[in-house]
Amino acid sequence: MTSTIVREATAASTRPGLRGFASLSAAMFKGFYRDWLSVGFSVLFPLFFIIIFGTIFGGGGSSTPPKVIQIGDVAMIETLPAPDRDALEQAVEIVPGTDLAAALDEVRKGDAGAAIEQHGDTLVVHYSSADQVTAASVQAIFGAFVNEANISASGVPPTYSLQTQQVEDESLKPIQFIAPGMIAYGIAVGAVFGAAMTLITWREKKLLRRLRLAPVSTSTVVTSRVVVSVAVALVQLVLFVAISVLPFLGLQLSGAWYMAVPLVIAGTLAFLAIGLFVGSVAKTVEGGSGLANLITLPMAFLSGAFVPLESAPAWLSTIGKFLPMTYLVEGMKDVMVRGEGPQAALLPIAILLAFAVVVTFIATRFFRWDAA
Amino acid sequence: MAETITASEVVKRYGSVAAVDGVSLSVADGEFFGILGPNGAGKTTLVEMMEGLRQPDSGTITVLGEPVWPRNTALLGRIGVQLQGSSFFERLTAREQLATFGSLYGAPPARVEEMLELVGLTDKASTRAEKLSGGQAQRLSIACSLVHDPDVVFLDEPSAALDPQARRNLWDVLRAINERGRTVVLTTHYMDEAESLCDRVAIMDAGKVLQLGPPAELVRALDAPVRISVEAGALGQDRAADIEGTESVAGDGVSTVITTRRPAPVLQALASMDALTGLQVRGATLEDVFLQLTGREYRA
Repeated sequence: MTSTIVREATAASTRPGLRGFASLSAAMFKGFYRDWLSVGFSVLFPLFFIIIFGTIFGGGGSSTPPKVIQIGDVAMIETLPAPDRDALEQAVEIVPGTDLAAALDEVRKGDAGAAIEQHGDTLVVHYSSADQVTAASVQAIFGAFVNEANISASGVPPTYSLQTQQVEDESLKPIQFIAPGMIAYGIAVGAVFGAAMTLITWREKKLLRRLRLAPVSTSTVVTSRVVVSVAVALVQLVLFVAISVLPFLGLQLSGAWYMAVPLVIAGTLAFLAIGLFVGSVAKTVEGGSGLANLITLPMAFLSGAFVPLESAPAWLSTIGKFLPMTYLVEGMKDVMVRGEGPQAALLPIAILLAFAVVVTFIATRFFRWDAA
Repeated sequence: MAETITASEVVKRYGSVAAVDGVSLSVADGEFFGILGPNGAGKTTLVEMMEGLRQPDSGTITVLGEPVWPRNTALLGRIGVQLQGSSFFERLTAREQLATFGSLYGAPPARVEEMLELVGLTDKASTRAEKLSGGQAQRLSIACSLVHDPDVVFLDEPSAALDPQARRNLWDVLRAINERGRTVVLTTHYMDEAESLCDRVAIMDAGKVLQLGPPAELVRALDAPVRISVEAGALGQDRAADIEGTESVAGDGVSTVITTRRPAPVLQALASMDALTGLQVRGATLEDVFLQLTGREYRA
């Protein structure tokens, strides 16, 4: 027994730095997951939004074909050759109706996308402009269908043909932009609060001073905080993506999605720098969490993490260009859902790292060991 | 004996106030050294400079033969520190705190349970530090400072917030460490603590060391009178005043108190008068030395 203790002591004393690093990291990790409030804000809250927005916007209208009520005989459809008819029924769901007034009422209420009837050689499509997307798509579908019927009626083989291919399905499935945005937000909250609160509470409780009196280098303390935050961020990424690709949310990952990993690491470093700044400037836990929220929430809106900024005024997206979260969100959208190649992530990663370096430098100017 | 700690002409100012004003002292190897003083005397500032936490404005301090400033991690591994108040990792249990500090110092893992046992916290091992009582937190903080078996231990008011039992147990722990050859430096404003534990004490006020020496020597040097009290029924104040050697007599109806610098003849006289009922003899204590040096007015 004695001999084992002695051996352990020698082994430990040869590499105290490594053991110190491991135990500091473990202490910080326990400090994180035992704090329900920080787990709630950095994991459960973004997850909640992914699920809520993913199901609300994902389930409605655009992903299921619009219902079309057919009144009376519509010979144009009934005489279609089988393959064409299948194609049409993939685009719209045709249900028979008897009474035009009742059908129009359903269209008005939005329960049906359109009602169709045939008068002689004319196909009449009744639609409601209340739902403009459905209105436009049913008009386009039937417009194309009538054109095709005319061409085949003429007996001349068509000269031109059209093949459509979707570039990205962002417009169709909101989860495609909700997921990257919420992942970025969750990671920002985790890293900013993680660094800021560690610094403030450790300073308040004199633990920073206590650590100065332990044979551990400052870089060991900083590295363990960085490693823990990056690990937490990667857990967040895996968890958020795993839930988003479940069938009921239906996130479709594009080819270079793995580049989200280096993006998340670079983003975490940038947000840690912000947290370091907050923790250096703020004196109390209350002040620190206020300041951290004051930075992360507007940043999430202005960077398009919560709502896409494509239609926002130009000055808003100009502000966004100065925020690290913009580059994380855009970089992740590029590689995760827009189908861009891995090189699309390189510039955002470089910008995030540069941001981390600059802000860390500024933060160290404000850093204090002591509360006094 | 080799000197473990030396401080020479150490000065630390905060603005225009000199918190430590030209202190020179040395602590011998294996010595139990106390720093006494009222609040604001500069005890903590002095100890924190010895630990290497603060940089003196002038003067030098060495511990174990090495300068403590700038930060010297090789030296820090041989020093144990308990700061005033308790500094713990958030949301870790008592055992985890000790394990974390232990591995920062490269201490063998078995030390954790030993230290819990030593400060009587074995049954609180799985309690988070925030949930410990004031006294338990204090004991854990001391255990954390001892986990790597340091050569020199600095304790800043270790018995603050401890109840009398815990205080006596802490004294036993500190004595045991000292007996194993470790040098202990502690600040306190409990006179009995300093008197009972310390080989030498430095009495500080307003940033200066007023007196330095073994407690018994300081008390003797004070040349304070002895106060002998007996029950008032056994000896009236008028009879007491006649006893040879009596300097003054006071009484409150319950007891009669004789002040004297020659207790032997007074006690003999009391014995011959059969007036020893309720006898109490009180000599001067370190507290008298302290009060004489630092005055009796209230401190901020």
